[in-house]
Amino acid sequence: METMPDLTVEPAAAAASRDPMRPQPYRIVRFTQNTHDTFTVALEDMNGAGGIEFRPGQFNMLYLYGVGEIPISISGNPADRTAVIHTTRAVGTVTKAMRNLRRGDTLGVRGPFGAPWPLEHARGRDAVIVAGGIGLAPLRPVLYHLIAHRQEYNKVVLLYGTRSPVDILYRNELEAWRARFDLDVYVTVDRGMEGWRGNVGFVSGLIGKAPFDAGNTTAFLCGPEVMMRVCATELLKRGVSDSEVFISMERNMKCGIGFCGHCQLGPFFICKDGPVFPFPKMRDLLSRWEL
Amino acid sequence: MEDLKRILHSLPFFEGFSEEHFALLVGCARNERAAAGTFLFREGEEATKFFLLREGRVSVEIHSPGLGPLTVQTVSENEPLGWSWLFAPYTWHFDARVTEDTHLVSFDGLCLRTKCENAHTFGYQLLKRFSSIMTQRIEALSFQLMDVYGDHA
Amino acid sequence: MLDLLAFHDDSIVIFHRQETCIPRGRKHSHLQELFEVKALSSTRPRAVELRHEGCIFHAYRALIPSRATSRQPALSTHCVLPPQEPDRMVTIQRNDLDSLFAALERRGLRIIGPTVRDEAVVLDFIHTSAALPRGRADEQAPGHYRLRERDDDALFGYAVGPLSWKQFLYPPLQTLLRARREGTPKRSGAPGFIIDTDAEAAVEPSLAFFGVRPCDLAAMVRFDSVFLGGPYRDPGYARRRQNAFIVTGHCTRPGGTCFCVSMGTGPKALGGYDIALTEVVQGDRHFFLAEPGTGRGSSALDDVPTTSSTAEEISAADRLLGEASRHMGRSLDTDGLRELFLKNFEHPRWQQTAQRCLACTNCTMVCPTCFCSTMDDTTDLTGSSAERRRRWDSCFTLEYSHIHGGSVRPSGMSRYRQWITHKLSSWVNQFGTFGCTGCGRCITWCPVGIDLTQEAEALRHPLTDPATLHRENTDGRPETHPAQPSVL
Repeated sequence: METMPDLTVEPAAAAASRDPMRPQPYRIVRFTQNTHDTFTVALEDMNGAGGIEFRPGQFNMLYLYGVGEIPISISGNPADRTAVIHTTRAVGTVTKAMRNLRRGDTLGVRGPFGAPWPLEHARGRDAVIVAGGIGLAPLRPVLYHLIAHRQEYNKVVLLYGTRSPVDILYRNELEAWRARFDLDVYVTVDRGMEGWRGNVGFVSGLIGKAPFDAGNTTAFLCGPEVMMRVCATELLKRGVSDSEVFISMERNMKCGIGFCGHCQLGPFFICKDGPVFPFPKMRDLLSRWEL
Repeated sequence: MEDLKRILHSLPFFEGFSEEHFALLVGCARNERAAAGTFLFREGEEATKFFLLREGRVSVEIHSPGLGPLTVQTVSENEPLGWSWLFAPYTWHFDARVTEDTHLVSFDGLCLRTKCENAHTFGYQLLKRFSSIMTQRIEALSFQLMDVYGDHA
Repeated sequence: MLDLLAFHDDSIVIFHRQETCIPRGRKHSHLQELFEVKALSSTRPRAVELRHEGCIFHAYRALIPSRATSRQPALSTHCVLPPQEPDRMVTIQRNDLDSLFAALERRGLRIIGPTVRDEAVVLDFIHTSAALPRGRADEQAPGHYRLRERDDDALFGYAVGPLSWKQFLYPPLQTLLRARREGTPKRSGAPGFIIDTDAEAAVEPSLAFFGVRPCDLAAMVRFDSVFLGGPYRDPGYARRRQNAFIVTGHCTRPGGTCFCVSMGTGPKALGGYDIALTEVVQGDRHFFLAEPGTGRGSSALDDVPTTSSTAEEISAADRLLGEASRHMGRSLDTDGLRELFLKNFEHPRWQQTAQRCLACTNCTMVCPTCFCSTMDDTTDLTGSSAERRRRWDSCFTLEYSHIHGGSVRPSGMSRYRQWITHKLSSWVNQFGTFGCTGCGRCITWCPVGIDLTQEAEALRHPLTDPATLHRENTDGRPETHPAQPSVL
């Protein structure tokens, strides 16, 4: 009884597969430029195992050789296991370097991490999705799921706002969804452009008139924090119960698994207690400065 | 007249108005239609009316040389349009282009202003609703201006 | 170690597995199915005694009432062997202490213990008791640390030094992975690369920690919560933690900034050690009471000349520990402490303290429970190999909370508030205990002498009393306060 037998040292290969700090190499099978600053990569496992099993709302830590690692929400179809898909804006060092990636290049992947959207809340109810800017990416898996299981939900409404018409993400898919008879899709931009005949106004303005039964609605929100705060308030004003409003938060992350401490907001680790939270949990913290 | 009164009663904007007030309103109101592509008003024209959309869509625009018309806001059903009729010099600051065939109720500006001066309670009720819409518009505009989706989101 | 998780009423109790009692890997949904549960005291920290087939566990009840999920178990502290079995205690004479060192080295362990360097007590590799700070005592006060001579030859007559055992279990710099380019790079974007599977190939020596104070032992348990108790485990930490042989020294001489009694972590350790020593110096008698905490501790003691402890020796040690608990340098009222921070985000005290705090990060470096880290990614000049390293980080830096072109906490005030609120409030929500173990290092090593106990106390008063703003150095002279005895 010289050692405590429950923490045996494992051989390197087995340890590698159990070490949540170790990225697995994935190959880019598709690289798409969505808008001037937003792009999408589809990744498959180097060993041929395809994509990753994940739940909508979760994220991966993507490692770019020699540059760094960042959290990116998974934005693909959870039912499609051939590749795992991420959409991101090029805003920092790592994402700007990732812009130069092409098919065949390699990225390290750790994940999936995080608490997913609680889709079961919306069963038998109206599902309202409110997306702002790049926030549409973590919500796209929700839409895929709702469409694939359409019978389980009443109305499905998507409200999407972004900065201007050239920033509209997934435009073809949005138009296809909009054409369906069992989805209501409303798109608005903050500022119009020549040739734009659609809505102009902040996305919160779409909430008052959108066709859903507030008393029987579950809402999923994602976008800049300001936008989520304002839209949550509008939903509550319309009579949606606050425990049926869910938001996806974001903070500085270095590990994604609750070790590095960076993503804390109040008592919550955004990486493992979130990124999806019920609005009441976040409400007080959101209203405080510099927390 | 009866038809118009029924329409006015159905508009959420006037919820809470007394029958007396509806009678005042009806006198200044007209049921109108506007086809897509036409203009309800242009910048610089005399602001003689205020509009309530029942159906359709109108784009509020500013035209600048080289850039063409820039939409700053879209107005759709149950939303009011125009407040330049309220204050001198009663001139429109924007263009209002109809983008979808629109049914609307228009109110003659001078008629309404006169009635507001003569019946202050009516005037107060009308202005209360206007201020509410305007504050919502200003708040929304603030968020549009903030460029929350930009680099410093 | 921490693989038994159970729920009792509405709180969660986690305790170390006692390897002879319970097979590992079993989970039980109701404590009462497995144990006879008896509350030991009605005061904090709510210790309970659990009996199962002749084995006894003592554990703290965690403080989270309604978050019993298997995804995020809350951890409290540790289990012990029955402390009331006097026949397990043995006495080692001072002159025989080196046999213990030899016994540990014979088992392939490299011993780390306290020693004096640059007029401070540091932790370093030692071989014999000669390296220990014989006859030294420390003076600790806010922003003040001095060593002076004692009038006896006690080997543990001081409190804790600037650094803790954290640096050995959780090294300040760790290489997480090495990667190298594969094939020819097609362009300057990301080439194909493969990750070497043996980044930590260098064999780390098995270590023995000699003289771990109860506050530092409690800090290790808090680290266990972070790195072993959640949905993910840090295998490197697990390995180092498992291998470390722990010889604890119950504290008979607390320091000027110590408040382990307030935090329920000392001056006597509850458990989690392989061997616990209590030093007794009485006139020309100098001996150590030794108590094994595990099988391997027992086995090591078998190689040391010992005598069965007499009742007189045991009571001498108990008396010293009792004295120690009554002479803590500081105290912290933990009543309602968690909620106190939640109600006072805008308290004027924050601005006052912010004017003193330099955001120098000393407190986070010396604190034995601060665990924040960051990642550095580098390549060599040709880009043919890349390395990812994890290093200690501090929430006091601006970059710590950087997102989207700015820091979430740009002001020094918000960063100080974040640190202390995490330590004394959020930690309870996250892990079921306070993050602070009362070691006092942050007080001693703050260059401007900010005293965490004072800062917490100030929040209880609506207006800032200038008198509490800056307490004079007590110059090591302890303040007396009502004793809160350690649990057992």
